[in-house]
Amino acid sequence: MSSENLIEISSVSRTYVRTDENEVEALKNISLSVRKGEFLSIIGPSGCGKTTLLRLIAGLDRPEAGKITLEGREITAPGPQRGYVFQQGSLFPWLTVEKNIASGLKARGVYQEHKGDVARFIDLIGLNGFEKSYPHQISGGMAQRVAIARALINRPAALLLDEPMGALDAFTRADLQDKLLELWEKNGTTMILVTHDVDEAVYLSDRIVIMTPRPGQISEILDVGLSRPRNRGTEEFMALRGKILQKLHLASSVPQPEYVI
Amino acid sequence: MSQSFSAVKNSGAAPAAGRGRLLERKRSGGRYMGMALLSLVGFAAAEAVSLAVPDAQGVDDTVYRFLLAGLILLYAGIAVFSWFDEKRRARFLSRVSFRFAMGLLLAVWDLLSTKTGILPLPFFPGPSQVTAVFQDDFAFLLSNTFYSLRLFFFGFFSGVVLGVGTGILIGWFAKVNYWVFPALKLTGVIPAVAWMPFALTVFPTSFLAGVFLIAICAWFPVAFMTAQGMASTHKVYFEVAKTLGAKQSYLLFHVALPNAVPQIFTGISTADGLAFTTLVVSEMMGAKGGLGYYINWAKAWSSYYKVYAAIIIMAVLFSLIMKAITLIQKRLLVWQRGIVK
Repeated sequence: MSSENLIEISSVSRTYVRTDENEVEALKNISLSVRKGEFLSIIGPSGCGKTTLLRLIAGLDRPEAGKITLEGREITAPGPQRGYVFQQGSLFPWLTVEKNIASGLKARGVYQEHKGDVARFIDLIGLNGFEKSYPHQISGGMAQRVAIARALINRPAALLLDEPMGALDAFTRADLQDKLLELWEKNGTTMILVTHDVDEAVYLSDRIVIMTPRPGQISEILDVGLSRPRNRGTEEFMALRGKILQKLHLASSVPQPEYVI
Repeated sequence: MSQSFSAVKNSGAAPAAGRGRLLERKRSGGRYMGMALLSLVGFAAAEAVSLAVPDAQGVDDTVYRFLLAGLILLYAGIAVFSWFDEKRRARFLSRVSFRFAMGLLLAVWDLLSTKTGILPLPFFPGPSQVTAVFQDDFAFLLSNTFYSLRLFFFGFFSGVVLGVGTGILIGWFAKVNYWVFPALKLTGVIPAVAWMPFALTVFPTSFLAGVFLIAICAWFPVAFMTAQGMASTHKVYFEVAKTLGAKQSYLLFHVALPNAVPQIFTGISTADGLAFTTLVVSEMMGAKGGLGYYINWAKAWSSYYKVYAAIIIMAVLFSLIMKAITLIQKRLLVWQRGIVK
């Protein structure tokens, strides 16, 4: 194992039993190394197991075969070293913005020592003035920023993002993508982003993992290699985007019955 | 293009709308004064009946007349106070018709009873005879009211605390759920007053027996709803908390329990109604004091006007308790405002 790798995923498999009692191989023999400090995206059509893989890294689920390690130690349960941002609606509705962010510290019982971080993170995500608002009073984009801040306040080694921008409109999404890059550059946290948006993956990532469904497998890992800050209009950007789209298209061109896990 | 056009149209319409609103305000000001008067007219009519029509039953009307005068002054005061606030005005207006009808009803009741004797005594006393009790029997009524209040608070409070406690245990520990929940479901449907013979033998005083009965009747709905509220916690909240490094105690007290608070209050409201019933029944059957006891005592002397007086106190007292619970609920559930209608 190379020392610059943060997370090692070796020969991981996971099978689910669907409601109709058929088994689905959500992940089959997946191996992947995540480098320290990199921005990694996992992209693929629905049912390719990308969310399952992210949940395994988080420890919210256990693999049937293979193992996942973080800095050499096997992941067996969820913990604050791996922050997790859900697709939407994960803020505690009974807590204000401020207290939602503070709940990251309170859950670990270290609130008293790091109290000052709450204001700093509110500042960082640009939600000054909304400290006392409740989740239903702010927009979806703001809510996702709060969810990101809540995870980052624990200073995790890696931030796992499960389509955090999937439910947002195009403008809010672009805005949040830039915010995410800013946070990444400031904190140096390793980012693992699950998405089905090719544009998003190319704009944000150092590397892109393309997955294919039935059974869920890694078909290719691409180095993006574009300089930052990136411009969505450049020829290289468009070329890479086209290339990935083509691969995804090929990957899902074999007719298969539709299902969602 | 279309955007700038609509902007121009809007800016043209704004002053006109402002003028319209001003006119409307003037008109509504006149209407408000008229309606405020109407709200007093009912009580004024009742007062006029009491003053002008001669008594057939020879009742002391003083307290009743003072009460009506007090109501007129109170609502006049509220009308003036509400004048300065748009929202308060609207709220005052929405209650005008009811107050008017209430005043008329009092006038008619007075006419049919005290003034003419069409409604026979002792079963249907007039409003002046009933309100006179508040003065004549003041000390005894007050001591019984305090007895009821004390019994209610001891019983209800311990019932709610026990209920939330049991609910947490059932909602969190599978073993407790397995063993205790069926027992809760079985015993919970028994009306609490059925335990009265048992309570009166086991507890040294009738007061403690009453506390026990009220606590039991409050316990069941609160425990049930607490457990249900905790069980309905969305999985994602637990997962979030776990990825933040939460331990079991955090998941219980900072995720499942806050999630259950709305349901807990549903349980408390149900328990509240049941507790009133249990309170009065237990006082009527076993206690040495309280409004239920007062009613029984007055009935034994055929003083039905005292029974009505006690009933009026109950209505006011229980409404105030319910209002207080609603206020606490609103305070604790600020986060829900806007989500739930």
